[in-house]
Amino acid sequence: MIVQTLDIGLAALVLTLAGYTVLARATFPAVVSYVAYGLLLSLIWVRLFSVDVALTEAAIGGGLTGVLLIGAAGKRRGTAVAATELDPTQPLRWAIMALCALAALALATVVVSLPDPAPTLAPQAMENIATTGLGNPVTAVLIAYRAFDTMLEKCVLVIAVVGVWSLACDRCWGGAPDVPRAVARGGTLTFFAQVLPPLGILIGIRIFWIGADEPGGAFQGGAILAAMWVIIMMAGLTDVPAISKRWLRIALAAGPIVFLGVGILGFAAAGGFLAYPHGFAKPVIIFVEIFMTLSIAATLPMLVGGAPIRAPRP
Amino acid sequence: MSFAPNLFSIVAIGAGLIFFLAGTCGLLRFPDTLSRLHALTKADNLGLGLVVIGLLPLADNVLAALKLVVVWVLVQLSGATVGQLIAQSTRRNGRTE
Amino acid sequence: MSTATLAGLTGAILAGVGLYGLIIHPDPLRRILAFNVLGSGVFLLFGIIARRGAAIGALADPVPQAMVITGIVVAFAATALAVALLIRLGAQTDPVVTQADKQDLARRADD
Repeated sequence: MIVQTLDIGLAALVLTLAGYTVLARATFPAVVSYVAYGLLLSLIWVRLFSVDVALTEAAIGGGLTGVLLIGAAGKRRGTAVAATELDPTQPLRWAIMALCALAALALATVVVSLPDPAPTLAPQAMENIATTGLGNPVTAVLIAYRAFDTMLEKCVLVIAVVGVWSLACDRCWGGAPDVPRAVARGGTLTFFAQVLPPLGILIGIRIFWIGADEPGGAFQGGAILAAMWVIIMMAGLTDVPAISKRWLRIALAAGPIVFLGVGILGFAAAGGFLAYPHGFAKPVIIFVEIFMTLSIAATLPMLVGGAPIRAPRP
Repeated sequence: MSFAPNLFSIVAIGAGLIFFLAGTCGLLRFPDTLSRLHALTKADNLGLGLVVIGLLPLADNVLAALKLVVVWVLVQLSGATVGQLIAQSTRRNGRTE
Repeated sequence: MSTATLAGLTGAILAGVGLYGLIIHPDPLRRILAFNVLGSGVFLLFGIIARRGAAIGALADPVPQAMVITGIVVAFAATALAVALLIRLGAQTDPVVTQADKQDLARRADD
């Protein structure tokens, strides 16, 4: 009974915030509402007993996407105001609302008519998890059973960074992107960026390490490390690296390259692409995850920073 | 599962919720940014602190209880920082809305 | 009604709300926001399929969970690329600013 109330309350809050995000008149309140929406959504994920997803949603979906969108809203505010009234007319709005309600109704019908002995892969996942040496089934799926998907996802992240960088103007290529900065050096943000990152880095590494047996993992830990680097850059305690820096490019590429290398070595060691040697699976998995975390911690801030806007310093 | 720790938890968490409610009312009803920030930071410190104190007897072991306290300290740190930054930005831009 | 069904209905409504925002807004940044709302609604649908597939030792089916984690990361990368395109486009052309944003800007400039 109490649990039902919690679920209904969470659902009502999430739907209200999503409605405000979509229907708000001005942009900045909508973005702030989206961040709150992301954090409450991660509570719903916890209620669905998917704690790994809740961590990822809070860190990347709510936190980093919020930073990205707030930065975007701020960057666009300074541009010249040219008003074009393109909002749809009222009857058209009603028609669009009816169609979207129809789509939502179709999805809701699917939800209530799902087959009752629910088809699931959980028993097979738990049967074979002992061979991977891991305790967390989600990590086992990510790095062992569906390792190919995760490797391709790392490649997608690198491709996204290349895409974002390629949007720089010609003379800016090789320069540094711009992260929203603190206005006053030595102020509050500097204090915050000196106190939090040591603890945050520790927590990020711990969440990555504990992901082998408990909820956690490379994505969540890497996202926390990325957030710490973004805070340090925002406070001005370190420069945003120029995109031509070799160490940055090695950090970005290390994850996919190590993953691909391990995959190719799998032919020799265990007889298949991305196959892990028998009895030696867990060390290989941890090895791959270390480079994955490093790569994610380097990639996400670069995605938040965007394209370079300054010409490179010689 | 004895009665006294549960009663203590219920009382503490209830008190914490009262502070959260007060902070939310302040956020909705106060006229300008600075007073709203004031209301919110009270919810952060006292409200969350009482909730954490209420959860301490229910923690599994000492390490879990310590983690709860660390969570409270981190929320206070980030809440205070963000409050300062918003207040400085408000003063700089001259906005009091 | 179980938690999973309630969350699934929430996900369905979120998908509808996000779709509405995606169609209705002329401003590209609002469309990106609505797209993210739509995406998170769809991920919730994955989540309820995971929850319904609980078995001994796993409270939720891990395969949909892994897909959602991958999806969240890729959606963030796509949002970042879309925002970078948007900023670059804004540097080249006049932006779309609705009346509401103009009023908001004017109000901030007044204070």
